[in-house]
Amino acid sequence: MSDRKLSQLRQLEAESIQIIREAAAEFDKPVMMYSVGKDSSVMLRLAEKAFAPGPLPFPLLHVDTTWKFQDMYRYRDLVEAKLKGELIKYVNTEGVEMGMNPFDFGSKKYTDIMKTEGLKQALTKYEFDCAFGGARRDEEKSRAKERIFSFRDANHVWDPKNQRPELWNIYNAKIKKGENVRVFPLSNWTELDVWLYVWLEKIPVVPLYFAKERPVVERAGTWILVDDDRMRLEPGEKPQMKRVRFRTLGCYPLSGAVESDADTVPKVIREMLLNRFSERQGRLIDFDEEGSMEAKKREGYF
Amino acid sequence: MHDEKELIRDDIEAYLAKYQKKELLRFVSVGSVDDGKSTLIGRILYDTGMVFEDQMAAVRAASQSDEPDLALLTDGLKAEREQGITIDVAYRYFATNKRKFIIADTPGHIQYTRNMVTGASTADVALILIDARHGVLQQSRRHAYIASLLGIPHLAVCVNKMDLKEFSEEVYDTICADFMEFGKTLRFKDIQFFPVSALLGDNVVSDSENTPWYDGPNVLGYLETVPVSDDRNYDDFRYPVQYVIRPDLDYRGFAAEIASGVIRKGDEVVTLPSGKKSRIKAIDTYDGELEEASAAQSVTILLEDEIDISRGDMIVKPDNLPRVTRRFNAHIVWMHERPLDTDKAYLVKHTSQTVRAQIDKIHCEIDMDSLEEKPADGISLNDIAKVHLSCHRALYVDDYTRNRETGAFIVIDSLTNNTVAAGMIELEGTGQDLQEALKELHAESAMEPKTFVSPSERMERFGQRGATVWLTGLPGSGRWTLAYALERKLFDQGRTATVVNPVGEDLRSMISAAKAITDAGLINICAFPSRTKQDRIQLAERIGEDRVIQVYVNTDEALCRERRPDADFSGFEPPENPDVTVALDEMRIDNAVDTILEALEARGQFEDH
Repeated sequence: MSDRKLSQLRQLEAESIQIIREAAAEFDKPVMMYSVGKDSSVMLRLAEKAFAPGPLPFPLLHVDTTWKFQDMYRYRDLVEAKLKGELIKYVNTEGVEMGMNPFDFGSKKYTDIMKTEGLKQALTKYEFDCAFGGARRDEEKSRAKERIFSFRDANHVWDPKNQRPELWNIYNAKIKKGENVRVFPLSNWTELDVWLYVWLEKIPVVPLYFAKERPVVERAGTWILVDDDRMRLEPGEKPQMKRVRFRTLGCYPLSGAVESDADTVPKVIREMLLNRFSERQGRLIDFDEEGSMEAKKREGYF
Repeated sequence: MHDEKELIRDDIEAYLAKYQKKELLRFVSVGSVDDGKSTLIGRILYDTGMVFEDQMAAVRAASQSDEPDLALLTDGLKAEREQGITIDVAYRYFATNKRKFIIADTPGHIQYTRNMVTGASTADVALILIDARHGVLQQSRRHAYIASLLGIPHLAVCVNKMDLKEFSEEVYDTICADFMEFGKTLRFKDIQFFPVSALLGDNVVSDSENTPWYDGPNVLGYLETVPVSDDRNYDDFRYPVQYVIRPDLDYRGFAAEIASGVIRKGDEVVTLPSGKKSRIKAIDTYDGELEEASAAQSVTILLEDEIDISRGDMIVKPDNLPRVTRRFNAHIVWMHERPLDTDKAYLVKHTSQTVRAQIDKIHCEIDMDSLEEKPADGISLNDIAKVHLSCHRALYVDDYTRNRETGAFIVIDSLTNNTVAAGMIELEGTGQDLQEALKELHAESAMEPKTFVSPSERMERFGQRGATVWLTGLPGSGRWTLAYALERKLFDQGRTATVVNPVGEDLRSMISAAKAITDAGLINICAFPSRTKQDRIQLAERIGEDRVIQVYVNTDEALCRERRPDADFSGFEPPENPDVTVALDEMRIDNAVDTILEALEARGQFEDH
């Protein structure tokens, strides 16, 4: 009988589909967070698998900080064109009116307002009671402790000390009006699993993940892409062409690139396995202070 | 690891082909604060090359001594680090060239039983640590008991800190024998022991030279090879429908993860609760149709006949049915500060079905010291008990030891929405045939026709306990006036009270009305005449001694007669020991109201607002 046991990747896939179906059935108004990154792309594919041949029973939501890479916007529009469903794009317009940008306000304040606050506004505005997120437990220590169905109070606050026990694959989706639940179908996937799935399933991803000559400047030991003419250069700073790629994608002034020759998925995976660096090192926001992700999560960030 | 690295470098695609086919093993690591569990996990992660340079740098910086403290690799949240203990379940991931692993790292403190249960519910292997210096402590037995209760098939016992006992075979053997004495009473498929030093790495990922007398596998070697593929139930087909996919009129797909068993295209099936039979027309997926699917696969089933099926229904095979029942026994682990209320209707979530249910009987509790059954009046946080449940609708269940998927349920508090307990169903007797199952489905609810709202829930809602304030006194003593004044005052204070004023009723009907209102959690104020001692005994008995406040309105008889010259004053027996006495000729009515209020408060009638 032992040949019946699924391979680890197919087991993860089946479990994620179970999670997505469960949330879609239990909540009144779910939404799937769509960040345009590889994890979102994998999550979207899993959702398509969960409801095939039907359409997605919930919309996608992109919280747009307006400072994403141009490649990300292009890719997002391609996905939208093919999507059997709705893609909501939400911008915190108050933040834009305040002139929020990652240069003048520091990464913490900027992320708080454009990302965390924008997300909360969008969830409140559309009265979503469930938001799927593509976060994985292997990304960061505080995520390692988070439930798959992660309860948020009416202020979107996560209380890590008071999480609902979560057993087997039986998820408690009961909430009161105004409260919501973040659901993480990729909780048990590792970065390698995500890339492997991208490769096996031939899921298109943003080209920024692959090495290419790009105009960059060096900051805090990492390469920052000069993606459009809003990029502010320090005195004496001059963009140079480097063969780089991104391991995670976010707002371009806050996302560090690494020098690389990996221009295909298998090469990216090979590089990742051979380089012993944890994934979030390229993301500047985690360096504010130790435990900063936990603080952000308490405040409502994914 | 070395060969893997070469394969990654030289032929990444071959490596990926191999990696994706790896088997997944989930294990839960359990231990107390000091027995080195975090160190062991840190050691496994470190020695299998799963730790990144920057993580190691952070660990070295945070370590107290020159040696990196590997426990820091798994200690997570800030608050926990401040307390110096792991407070919740943390999940870790690593892979070797044989398997991929998910570790549920759980704390060992007794007050955190609920976290261990959370981590243990999906585990294939439980890893328990014993400090070689201390031998088998009660806590280790407790952890093994819980792991067994949760149906984990395999147990690995690491006798840690062997370096502090000079790697003594005798010490090790004594501990193993001591543990087995207890372990053989549990339900594991197998129990494996390891002499290890997590700190130094002996027998963790490589065999130790310090234990030449030990010829078993090292911990990682065991985790890589312990057979788990037959642990899942492939015998009993259970398909709890999660979602109905209906993109157009021609397609009706029933989506679910197969809980257990195997299904093939063309198989005859029966659906519950309808009892209707059909055949599998197709097993559909995004990637195309399958001829066959088995436990743990998420698929979509199409049937040959048009049958009305919705979420919560179960598709099974006619010759292999689950038990269809509203009443069953189960072990539960209570996971919330608020204790079990046996009168209350909770929500029970079982597979994809959620039903109202009462945990109406506590058979016994498990004494966490002796691990034996003992009588219990109540169940509170971290208690494990054997109970009886009565559900509002039938569930389709199996014994937990046979089928973890259809034997498990969670209990949700319908008022707070918290998950308050985890349950494992225990079935007795033989199975049902379809006839009996359908009979059960069509029978009336197993619950007596009674309220699903318990007194404690009403108390929470109203901030008060239901009570009857019964005013006794002569005609003309001012009872009714006082009753309405009291009602007004209670209302103004945010309480829920009412005066029942009968027209042409007798005492018996009045008592019934008073009881109903009191049961509903309200404060009932009644001034219906209760002239005799016998009347008052009767009303107190029927409404409930502790829910009646007897107030004697002792107004001067002459005044009463003056007010009500036509009334019948005969046969009145003054109460001998009322709860409160007020005299309306001597005190103002609002003082009388306050006196009664004080008495109500003194009896704990109200929860503080």
